[in-house]
Amino acid sequence: MHKGKGMKFVGDSRVSAERRMSQIPKDYSEYPGRTEAFWPNFLLKEWLVGAVFLVGFLCLTLAHPSPLEGVADPTNASYIPLPDWYFLFLYELLKYEFASGDYVLLGMMGIPGLAFGALLLAPFLDNGPGRRPHQRPIAVIMMLLALASAVWLTYSSASHVDWETRAEMNKPVPPSEVSIDTADPGYAVFEANCMSCHGDALQGGAAGPSLIGIDRTAEDIATIAKEGLEGDPGMPAGMFKGTDEELEQLVQFIMTVNEENAE
Amino acid sequence: MLQKIYDWIDERIDITPIWRDIADHEVPEHVNPAHHFSAFVYCFGGLTFFVVVIQILSGMFLTMYYVPDIENAWKSVYYLQTEVAHGQIVRGMHHWGASVVIVMLLLHTLRVFFQGAYKKPRELNWMVGVLIFFIMLGLGFTGYLLPWDNKAFFATQVGLEMAQQVPFIGDELKTLLAGHEEIVGAQTLTRFFAIHVFFLPAALFALMAVHFILIRRQGISGPL
Repeated sequence: MHKGKGMKFVGDSRVSAERRMSQIPKDYSEYPGRTEAFWPNFLLKEWLVGAVFLVGFLCLTLAHPSPLEGVADPTNASYIPLPDWYFLFLYELLKYEFASGDYVLLGMMGIPGLAFGALLLAPFLDNGPGRRPHQRPIAVIMMLLALASAVWLTYSSASHVDWETRAEMNKPVPPSEVSIDTADPGYAVFEANCMSCHGDALQGGAAGPSLIGIDRTAEDIATIAKEGLEGDPGMPAGMFKGTDEELEQLVQFIMTVNEENAE
Repeated sequence: MLQKIYDWIDERIDITPIWRDIADHEVPEHVNPAHHFSAFVYCFGGLTFFVVVIQILSGMFLTMYYVPDIENAWKSVYYLQTEVAHGQIVRGMHHWGASVVIVMLLLHTLRVFFQGAYKKPRELNWMVGVLIFFIMLGLGFTGYLLPWDNKAFFATQVGLEMAQQVPFIGDELKTLLAGHEEIVGAQTLTRFFAIHVFFLPAALFALMAVHFILIRRQGISGPL
């Protein structure tokens, strides 16, 4: 940039940049302050910082595998949607009375539009010459207020959510490629007694877990089918309403499916 | 040998000035944490760029396995998570990088704001930066749908309902994004995939190029 209009730059731009035919850069001693060459000295330091950052980032990635919930089920009416954390402030704002219902446009476009519009146009709204925060109190206070309200909204939205239960309830169910022998007499028993909760392919559902890959003995399964399971989520007693022979077939069927699909 | 190759190219296209523009400049004292430790606040912009590079690379690898269609999207992500060697790490980097990039962008924005570094002559670069912020939020929103799990589906449905409430163009806007007036489905997924992988990154690259060129032209703002 030609600085013929008297523009004053700082940093390395303080050195006037008159066009020189030579492509030899200026001697570093001509720059003010203790400057450092970008290449290679400073870049090496930047890479060191980047490497440390990368190690920390990879530790985070290893410690917390990225979540995946069950496959999208548009008929699931009980699911409470929640956006990613950086949209939570907006999500929470829209719960306020003055930002929902008849006023939803105010909450959805008015307030965020004003805030982000002001952010975009900040150089023209805060156009004084002073750069220090105390020289432009209005801009700084507005920013602090906006920041505080965004943090508060995010916090109050996130603090209501029981993240662990949420993750537990929406575990990904492996794609059902399990071969179920529907001709098995046990399948008919399963269909009559268990299918409403455990799914037509033993894959589990909203009310019951998958029965594939369970680590239980035949006696356990028989007992649970009759007497239920204590604890949370548990299973009510008396779900199985059949004869002992049918129970035998059912247990045999579940065991067989598990054996066939064990890896 | 390297010098010979360099000379061969330089003789034809004169790359020395390009090299000088990219790499051969001075780093002033007040932004160098080696001299003033508090200057680490100047790292946030560079780290944002670093995370963006991570996002681009991990995203490129993710598309090797990801299938943008409602039958297979979730299955392909599940397969990537459970079967593919290091798939979980690559997806983890993309997932966490999406959050980290927002954090870094926020810190960078706050640094520039509280230092008043957006004042004349850097107004344009500030606006380009805020636009990059918007693009990033758009990338976050569109990327959220792609795994096609419950979280993705219902959050997107809410987002599209919000788009529908925009005055005058709401319905058209929703149809444009979702591909259908009512259904959030196959069309929505492919559109979001296209927006996430082609449209928004293209805009992001253009804006980042302008951002960096302007920095090199104007230099870093001086000390307070």
